[in-house]
Amino acid sequence: MDGNLNALTTVFTEFYYWVTVVFMFLIHVGFCMYEVGASRARNHMHTLMKNIMIIPLVTVTFFLFGWWIYWAFPNFPFWGGLDTEAGAANLPWADTMATNLGDRITGVFWAAFLLFSWTAASIVSGSVIERIRSSALWVHAVLIGSVFWIIDAAWGWHYGGWMVRVLGYHDAYASGVIHAIAGGYALGVIMVLGPRLGKFAKDGTPRDIPPHNPWLLTIGIFLIYTGFWGFYAACNVPVISPEVIDGQITGATWTATNIYLAPTTLSAITFNFLMSLSGGLMAAYVISKGDAFWTFSGGLAGIITASAGNDLYHPIQAMIIAAIGVVIVYKLHYWVERRFKLDDAVGAVAVHGYAGVVGLVISGFVLWGVPSSPYEGYAAINPIGQITGAIIMFFVLGFLPGWIVAKMQAAAGVLRIPEEVELQGLDYAEHHAYEDAKAAIIEADKQELAARGVAAK
Amino acid sequence: MSTNGYSDWAVDLAEVGPIYPFQGYEVLMVIIGVIFWIGWHRIQFVREAEHLEKARHTGDEEKVKAQLERY
Repeated sequence: MDGNLNALTTVFTEFYYWVTVVFMFLIHVGFCMYEVGASRARNHMHTLMKNIMIIPLVTVTFFLFGWWIYWAFPNFPFWGGLDTEAGAANLPWADTMATNLGDRITGVFWAAFLLFSWTAASIVSGSVIERIRSSALWVHAVLIGSVFWIIDAAWGWHYGGWMVRVLGYHDAYASGVIHAIAGGYALGVIMVLGPRLGKFAKDGTPRDIPPHNPWLLTIGIFLIYTGFWGFYAACNVPVISPEVIDGQITGATWTATNIYLAPTTLSAITFNFLMSLSGGLMAAYVISKGDAFWTFSGGLAGIITASAGNDLYHPIQAMIIAAIGVVIVYKLHYWVERRFKLDDAVGAVAVHGYAGVVGLVISGFVLWGVPSSPYEGYAAINPIGQITGAIIMFFVLGFLPGWIVAKMQAAAGVLRIPEEVELQGLDYAEHHAYEDAKAAIIEADKQELAARGVAAK
Repeated sequence: MSTNGYSDWAVDLAEVGPIYPFQGYEVLMVIIGVIFWIGWHRIQFVREAEHLEKARHTGDEEKVKAQLERY
């Protein structure tokens, strides 16, 4: 770190991203609470373990190859091949992927992206509760968390990604690159997995399966909101000088930027985060007729819908876009459920997938002609680029891999738990052991009291 | 043509102010925002009144007693 200003900027940036990682951990806590609250009591330990183990599995694989994909794939396969030079510093055996006084920030960047990976995997996890085998879900978690989402990030969430350059793709806070892809992937899996027993009556009418603990669910979604602040901050570069952006921006004014190195401000994303949350909550309350869980989820869906352009929108635009998105998402969820008999247990396909797609499409019109990047020769933001981007995110990198891998797992008989186990509950063994242990220690205590001459009643 | 007035970022940021789309329509946007807000209250008042009126006539005495006991 040469010079005081350089040292200060480096330390500030390191610390900034480090704090975002801590905040984003709350997203995973929230997802765990939401899933456990939504599952029935006979499944809750299994549901929790299924989500918790996403953390180590995605972390290890993101270290081994996920982070390298981000740097090597921006133009792969059709627009210039693998960038092995940029990828080299991010290979698991590179000395920059370790304690190194010459590189103080790679680990913090790596972690910020990794927490997005957990989120992508956790979104899929929620939609498949109470009937998927953990072993099957954990393969999907690695694929969405350390392969497919990071490919889409390299293509459309990187200052040199081909989607940004050629399509003018713009997705500042990841409507598509996290939410649409994860929602699409979840849809592919649940299409093969099938609904929970009892979800549909014989005439095909869907039944509501109420959460076993609504309060856990409520706290869970509020923690996801909280973690989302960290997510938004992590999507920005906090401060950068024009020279570092290869002199494309003129003058000497330092600025915060989005992931594409185009200017924005923390003030903008603070306005827009809260206004889109509010627009989503208000619209969801009305459209769901005051249903508590759809209202809470609507807040999240509102933010997700506005996220593609929340670096640039006016706050009222963010609010209205969020509200429009939530109405579409709610209607689409129930239409798909009835038409295709799909059981999306926590509404993840709708809240993340459909909201992400709608957000990308709307942003293409509202931000039409705005530069997608400070670099010369890049396409401007436009509706065709955003719609194409939405298809790539939701369908090509999300739905298709999820559906194909789930089909393979189903063919091998390793996707779904047996019906007998589904009925008695996945926690049967744990509950049995718990009751036995409880009875044994109570009996032991009684005997201890009796041995001391105290009448045990 | 660009909805926020900038077609590239090769500018001196010291000279740049607002960068949101549709600058010049702020008052119209605020009016839309107010309509959204007031409209929400209107819908909510009507719906809650309907709900409460319906609830007045659906109470089963035994169930109400059970709710009182439940605290």
